Order: sequence, then C-alpha cells, then structure tokens
Amino acid sequence: MVEPILEISNLSISFFTRAVEIPAVMDFSCKIMPGESMGLVGESGCGKSTVALAILRDLARIGRITDGTIKFNGRDMATLSDEELMRVRGSEIAMVYQEPMASLNPTMKIEQQLTEVLFIHEKVSKQEAYDRALEMMKAVRLPDPERMMRSYPHQLSGGQQQRIVIAMALLANPKLLILDEPTTALDVTVEAGIVELVKDLGNRFGTSMLFISHNLGLILETCDRVTVMYSGEAVESGPIHEVFGAVRHPYTQGLFRSMPLLGKNRNSSPLVPIPGQLPLPHERPQGCNFGPRCSYFTDGVCNRADIAMLPAGTPSHQSRCLRIEAIDWDAAAKGGAANVPTAIGENLLDVHSLKKHYQVAASELFGGREARTVKAVEDVSFTAREAETVAIVGESGCGKSTLAKVLLGLETATGGTALFDATEIQSDPIDKRSTKLISSVQMIFQNPFDTLNPSYSVGSQIVRTLERFGIGSSTEERESMMLELLDLVKLPRAFATRMPRQLSGGQKQRIGVARAFAGRPRMIIADEPMSALDVSVQAAITELLTNLQRQSRTTMLLISHDLSLVRYLSDRVIVMYLGHIVEQGTTDQIFQPPYHPYTEALLAAIPLADTTAKKRKVVLEGEIPSAMSPPPGCPFQTRCHLKAKVAGGLCESVVPPMRVLTDGHAIKCHLPSEVLDAMTPVIS
Amino acid sequence: MLNFLTRRLGVMALTMICLTFVVFYLVNLEPNLRKLAISQTEMHASDEHIESWLTKNGYRRPFLERYAAWIGVWQKQPNIDPESGKPVSRFSYCDEPAVPVFAGVIEGDFGCSTKFKTKVADKMLPALRATGLLMFWVMATMVPVALFLGILSGMREGSKLDRVLSVLSIVTTSTPEYVSGVVLTIIFGTWLGWLNGSAASATGDGITFYNFTLPVITPAIYGMGYIARMTRASMAEVMTAQYIRTARLKGLSFYAVIIKHALRNALIAPFTVIMLLFPWLLTGVVIVEVMFRYQGFGLALVEAAGNNDIDLMLACSLVSVVLVLATQLISDVGYAYLNPRIRVQ
Ligand SMILES: Nc1ncnc2c1ncn2[C@@H]1O[C@H](COP(=O)(O)OP(=O)(O)OP(=O)(O)O)[C@@H](O)[C@H]1O
Ligand code: SF4
Ligand code: SF4
Ligand SMILES: [Mg+2]
Repeated sequence: MVEPILEISNLSISFFTRAVEIPAVMDFSCKIMPGESMGLVGESGCGKSTVALAILRDLARIGRITDGTIKFNGRDMATLSDEELMRVRGSEIAMVYQEPMASLNPTMKIEQQLTEVLFIHEKVSKQEAYDRALEMMKAVRLPDPERMMRSYPHQLSGGQQQRIVIAMALLANPKLLILDEPTTALDVTVEAGIVELVKDLGNRFGTSMLFISHNLGLILETCDRVTVMYSGEAVESGPIHEVFGAVRHPYTQGLFRSMPLLGKNRNSSPLVPIPGQLPLPHERPQGCNFGPRCSYFTDGVCNRADIAMLPAGTPSHQSRCLRIEAIDWDAAAKGGAANVPTAIGENLLDVHSLKKHYQVAASELFGGREARTVKAVEDVSFTAREAETVAIVGESGCGKSTLAKVLLGLETATGGTALFDATEIQSDPIDKRSTKLISSVQMIFQNPFDTLNPSYSVGSQIVRTLERFGIGSSTEERESMMLELLDLVKLPRAFATRMPRQLSGGQKQRIGVARAFAGRPRMIIADEPMSALDVSVQAAITELLTNLQRQSRTTMLLISHDLSLVRYLSDRVIVMYLGHIVEQGTTDQIFQPPYHPYTEALLAAIPLADTTAKKRKVVLEGEIPSAMSPPPGCPFQTRCHLKAKVAGGLCESVVPPMRVLTDGHAIKCHLPSEVLDAMTPVIS
Repeated sequence: MLNFLTRRLGVMALTMICLTFVVFYLVNLEPNLRKLAISQTEMHASDEHIESWLTKNGYRRPFLERYAAWIGVWQKQPNIDPESGKPVSRFSYCDEPAVPVFAGVIEGDFGCSTKFKTKVADKMLPALRATGLLMFWVMATMVPVALFLGILSGMREGSKLDRVLSVLSIVTTSTPEYVSGVVLTIIFGTWLGWLNGSAASATGDGITFYNFTLPVITPAIYGMGYIARMTRASMAEVMTAQYIRTARLKGLSFYAVIIKHALRNALIAPFTVIMLLFPWLLTGVVIVEVMFRYQGFGLALVEAAGNNDIDLMLACSLVSVVLVLATQLISDVGYAYLNPRIRVQ
C-alpha cells in the first residue's frame, strides 16, 4: 500500500491571547497521497492558513498545536529537531502565498533569491545553481529569464512575481507544495495562466499539492480531492467530482447556491445567500457548528453533541452532518423564486469618444523633467439607460476606474463628451457640480473599510450624507430617514449607533450601499463592490443591490473583473482593453460567439465550479502593455492569438474601427466575418 | 546618476551662497564692527578714530563687494595707511597682500582670527582635524553598538532582551550631554579616577584612552539610544514581513534569515538617520569640547562667538553648512543604493 505524503489527524490548534484561548482549528483531518492535489476551501477566518502554517511548524509565537498529529512522509513533524525541520522546509515542503510582491525580498536580486534555495539544501557549484534556476524560470514560462534573473522584484509584474515564487518553491524539487490563495491578488487572465502552470508542473514533477482557495472554480480546475472547512473543522471531503457532483453537506450546498454560476442570471435564478455569519472561534455553538445557519437544522439532533465525519455515499466521500440521509439533496433551493425582468427606460448616460490622459513626471524623486502621457481612457463611447445595469470588464489597468472617476467628477476628461440626463458633465470637477448632480451620481467602493470614518457612528455618517444632499428638513426627519435606509439594506436599526470597526465586512458594505442610495441616485457606479467580500456575503450584497435597483429604477455601472457576477447581474456588457472599448453588446451577445479575441480569452479564464461544463482553452501571451507606450494599430495586437488570421499586417498598423455585427453588438477588430462566424462557444 | 549628482551639487552651492550671505550680513552688523574696531584701537577711542580704523581696513567698502571678496570672486583691495600711504595689514599677526588680488574662501584664504592671533586657516585646520578625530571615535563606538543593540532587540520583538534594551535606550536618549557628561565625569573621573575629566592634554600629547574616553562616550551614549530605537522599530517591522517567512520556509536558520534577508532591509531607515546625525553631532561636539576643554572646532566656534572674532565665525559657519549639506547628499545617495526600488536609472 502506498503511504500518504501528508497525513493530518485530529489536528487542533489554538492561539493563546492575553484574554482568551482562540481555538482556530479543531479536529481537522486530511490525507494527501503522492502526486495528488488536495483543495482546501472555506470562508475567510475558517482556519485554512493556520493549517498550512502548522504543517510547516511556522505558527505565530502565541499559536500552539493542542491535539493531533501531522505526519509528513511517515514522520511526525512535531518530533523533528530544529535542524531536521530546516532540512524539510524548502526542500521537501515548499509554500507559495497570496501576495507575490510581499513574498520576495525587495532588496535582493531574483537570481540570489532563487539560487539560495539550492545552496541551502544541496552542495552545488555557483554555475550549476544558476543553470538550474534558469531552467526552472523557463519551466514556469517566464519570458526572457536571463534578464529577470538580474532584476529586482519591483521591476516585475504581479503575475511574473508569482511565477518566480512558484519557481523558487519548486527548485529543490519538494514532495509537497502548499499554495495559499496563490492567485487572489492577480487578474483573471494572469490567474488562468498560473493555474495552468501549477497543474502542468504538478503532472511533470509529480509534486503533491495542498491548494488553498475560497474559489470553488479554481479548486475544481486544479485538484483531485477537496476538503471543505467551516469554522475550524473539515465539514466535507472527498474526490473532487464526487463532492462537486453530489454535495452532501448543507454548508457546501450553501456555498454553491450563493455563487453566481455561469448559467444563472438574476431574474431566472436568484442567488441564495447563507444566512448569518461565521461564529467566532471561541463562541461556537454546541453540536453542529453550522447549526445556526443551516436550513435543515433539527432541534435535539443537530445540537446535542459534537459530530464526527460520516461516510456520505461512497467510502472516500465524508461529511460532518447527521442528516445526510434525511435531506433531499436534489430539491431546489427555497426562497429562490424567479423575478420578472424590469423594463428598461430611456437613455440616461451618453458617453461619446471620451478621453482621459494623465501627465506624469518620469521620476518624482530624482526630478526627471520630461513628462509622459498615460493614456488611461483613449476612446470610449457607450450609453446606459434607466434601470439598466451596464457592466464594464477588463484587466487591471485597462481604464475602468478612470472612466468611473471622470463620471463622478473626481477627474475631468481630456476630450469627448459625457451627457448625463442631457447635460454635459465630463469637465465639471466634483466641487463645481450641483448638489443635485452629486446626489444623482453615486459610488459604491471596492473596499468598504476605507470609505467610512472610523470615529463616527454609522448612523451619524448616513445623516451627514443626507444633510449634504439637502434631503429632509430637520435632524429628526433625517434620523428617521436614516433608520429607513438601514431597513432598506436589511441591517437592524440598532446598528445606527455602532462604530465602523464593530461591523463585519459585509455589514460595512451594506452601510456603503445605504449611503450611496441616501440621495435617491439615478445612477450608481459600483467599483468591484464584492471583491473584498466572502462568497456567502457577496451573494447577500448582490441580492440587495438587485432588489434596490429593481425598486428605485436606478441605472448601475458595474465595474468588475468577475465575469460570473457580470453575467448574473448585468443587462449589457462593455469590454475594455488599454483604454479602448473592444466589444460591447447585451450580456447574451457577449457570452456567445462571435467574440472579440480578448473577450474570448477573458471567458476562457473564468474558473468554473460546474462539473458538467466544458471549457475551450485560449492561451493569452504576455501582459497588458503599459498605457504610457501603447502598441501601434490594434491595442490588443501584442497578445492576440488570432492576429495571424488577419491579412496584410493590418493589426499592427491600423486601429480597427468599431464594427456593428448585429443590433447593439459591436467589436473593435479586423477579423473577417468568416472567422467570426466560425467561432465556437468557449464554455459548453 | 551623474545628472542627479550635478543637480544636487548645484542646489547645494546655491543653498551655501544664500546661507553664507545671511551669516555674513549678521556678523558684519554695525555693533560687531564697532566692537572690533574698539578692541583693535586703544580704549576710549573717539568715534572718528573708530571710523577711520574701519575705513582704513576696508570695512566701509560696499557690502556686496566685501561679500564677493570674502568668497573670492572679487579682488580684495590692500589697506592703505593714510599717513604713510603704504599698504599695511589689518592685524599685525597676519600678512595681507599689498596689491589687489583674489583672496577669498575659494582661494583658501579665510582671513584672520583676532582671538587666536593667527590666520583662520592655521587655526581651523588643526581644530577640524581634532574634531574629526573626536567625531570619528564617537561614530565608531556609537553606530556599531547602536545597530547591534537595535537589531538584537528588534529581531525578537517583545522578548525580555528587547524590553531591557528598550528601556535602556529611552533612558540614554532622554539624558542630554551636559547631564550625562557631568555624571560620567563625577563617576569615572572624580570617584574612580579611571578616566580624565579633561581632554586638554589630548591636543599636545595625543589622545589616550585615559584622556579621550569621556569626550567620546558622552555624545555617543546620547545618540546611541536614538539610533538603537530607530533600528529596533525598523527591524521589528521587517521581521513580520512576508519575505522573511519565505526565507524561513526555504529552510534557512534563524540567524541566516537575519543576516541574509532582514539586515539590509532593516538598515535602510537607520542609515538615513545616521547620516543626518552628523550635523546633530556637531552641536553635541560643541558642548562636549567646551565641557572637556578639547581644542577642536566646537571650542573654536564658542571662542569666536564670545570674542567677536568675525573671520573665524564666518569660517565656522561655512564649515557647518558644508557638513550639513554634504551629509544630506550622502544620505540620499546611500539610501538609493540600499533601496533598489528608488535607484536612479
Ligand atoms: N496570530 C494569530 N493570533 C490570534 N488569532 C489568530 C492568529 N492567526 C489566526 N488567528 C485566528 O485563527 C482563525 C483562523 O485564521 P486563518 O488565518 O487560518 O483563516 P483563513 O481560513 O486562512 O482565512 P483567509 O481566507 O482570510 O485567509 C481566525 O479566527 C483568526 O482570527
Ligand atoms: S448536522 Fe444538522 S445543523 Fe449540522 S449541517 Fe447537518 S443538518 Fe445542518
Ligand atoms: S484587430 Fe487583430 S490584433 Fe486586434 S483583436 Fe482583432 S485580430 Fe486581434
Ligand atoms: Mg488565509
């Protein structure tokens, strides 16, 4: 029989703070076989990273393993001496984590950081170390590896940095690679590249992997087995297709139902958020931890005693639920009734050839004088109608947020026009705008934490907003309006007196929504409103926004890189690349062929959490060019995989015109109609 | 890089001109000149007497011309004795040229010290050498010890060692030199008799452990706590950085992580501070030199100011300005060197 590489049995870990003992992980078991990759999913704070660090015995000073064992290759990690531990770290178990920039030493060249691993663990000559590092750089598909070896981390992009961290981890040929959210900080297309790479390297080197993520789609794409964690425990585990194909724990089911899977949209199949919140580690309920949030909870059964992992269907598939047999797993979710689509109104926003260029000095510190131009938004035209949701998608740096800033008056346009309700707004900065205009165009920010003043109660901040917009005639009236707003965003009225720090991320985002809706806006710009939130919280906020919009007939510009969310929420989609709109159309038009080559690549990059769906591979080369020196001709030509199908080098010399294909669907591409017509769906 | 340096040197020159202009104006105010004339003529000299002395010695020439001549971009006119019609020196103990020449700071002529009755350059050079020696020893004891202590306490934040060292550095930085100097002298000089409470003998007989330790450790202790706390904060922050964990999980030992990964990053901030400490050290040195009667730049400065020694005061302020600006330049260049993120392309 084959021995497992890693065997964690009944692991419990606590952090001992001055006041209390925080049991972060309880009775966690999992097994990884040689060459296998195990996925670990769960909400923020459920203990994923703690498990990973415990494997390497690198917990914080206050953290301690209170029970259970971690066996690596048959040896108990707890019994290793310091020297043995150092030998295991880096050469047998390696780790990659979320922030690639922070994981690399900023004052050391890449070459030194890579070769160091070999010098620590093997007796190698300088030349040999260099050669092997270079080879590994090629294996992780970095362009121009010799140059990169001589670079400092800050000279590389996020995706390149993460590839280097992975190369560094694999250099000593470890038996186990732990990846803790390795792509969360990266763009979708970059993420897709890294995932491809990790899968491929796993096969090539036979490395076992522990892949930690909160993204079910990523786990499905990369792993053989999965363990779902909830509040410090494993709640379901098994082969990936069994778990994803036949969910046997209400929490896992809840996760799936709260995710905007690609087939869903807000009218036919609304999301079903998991009610409530993750309990604090020292305030867990008796019996089943998930009990208070579980719709199948049965008093006297679920809350009696601690529950063990039980077999669910096949012997390899286990679930920590007492009612596996009793629950009808195929029944449709309750409360997810379909909605009637809202009627779309008249044009509200009309943007025509909008341009925004920034002048930047080359180097502030050393006083480089020659100013350069960043063409953040180059040529953007679109319309948005009343009660319509228009999504703007694209990689970071494509100009999405700049566009939003111009519309909000935080920046003024360099050229073109933006008509809001038939008045030009593109060159009015916010302090010149009328109160009415300001309250009609509101924003919901990505990070709810940054937008609330930490020293005022949330209620008074909403009242202030009302006051600024001149709504309500007296303080009492505004107070009562504020309470109504809290009702509207489904927060208890008692929250009015709370300080921002006393709220969870999702609650803060609700306050953000309440403030944006305070002035009865006609248009809301939501810049990545969900990306800082957990899956189950995302679902609740998404539903909140949808309902509010339905009631108030507000126009919404949704800026997002999450195409599943975009598909779910929006009526029309605008795809941006390097300051240009490269494709726009209704949501159905965008998600079906013919595609713009860039849209095709974006769609292919979505990690799908659906075991039945199949995805076509589209490889996107290189990185988004700098907006300071965009390429001539088509902005996408440096990475386009279909460029060869355009005759005469047209792509390199001429900016393609916006071509209307069918009603309302337009793309900016030179591809001939035959090629477009022959395109097949990316996802089937 | 070269471009950056020339630009910075240009800015430095400009700053220097502005600052010396102000100083030149201040030391040449009427009361100072009168005092000088009085001290150089007989007591109870009449106003006419004073006026003629000032005129004769060129102090009544246009202000800008005198400033330019002091810098050395304008010719200095010889002083003509109205009685004999022959050129004479202002002061008997310094020779001055008999024909118009360029003889300013640029040419290396700093004028004449009335207090020490010699050329300013002849006084300043040994004084600067003596102060340089003192500063060197202060730095040489203070910096390594401070960095070492800072690193030691920052690498395990919150440990017992860290707490002890932190208290120690707070105590030393909050004790000014004139207090610690006195306390140290009483303990080591008067009671124990191990060390000499005066460094006067260092000028003639050369420095020894006996006469030089107190003047060195007094300012060193003061600065040490400051640098150590800076280093500790910087080190503690670096130790929590993600890349330190990366290094640890590569399999490096704790000390290898410190030496290969933490040190350089942790030293970036203290380095800037150390360079900026030079000007501060200069003031500290004034106190220490006076306290221990050490014949250096600081004592010269105090004597010059106390005795209305105009040329010496000008020279002293010039030296200070140059020192401040030069250390700032070194600090910027060094910072860029240590921190590749802002290195000049
Ligand atoms: N150093 C620490 N001191 C005290 N508590 C800690 C410490 N590190 C983690 N915890 C607690 O342990 C629990 C698990 O944290 P952990 O970081 O493992 O979660 P996670 O699943 O990795 O979350 P995320 O998805 O946000 O990374 C949390 O309740 C957290 O507050
Ligand atoms: S044990 Fe009960 S409360 Fe827990 S998940 Fe199963 S049904 Fe829900
Ligand atoms: S114009 Fe050419 S380069 Fe641009 S997207 Fe179309 S095929 Fe690709
Ligand atoms: Mg984590």
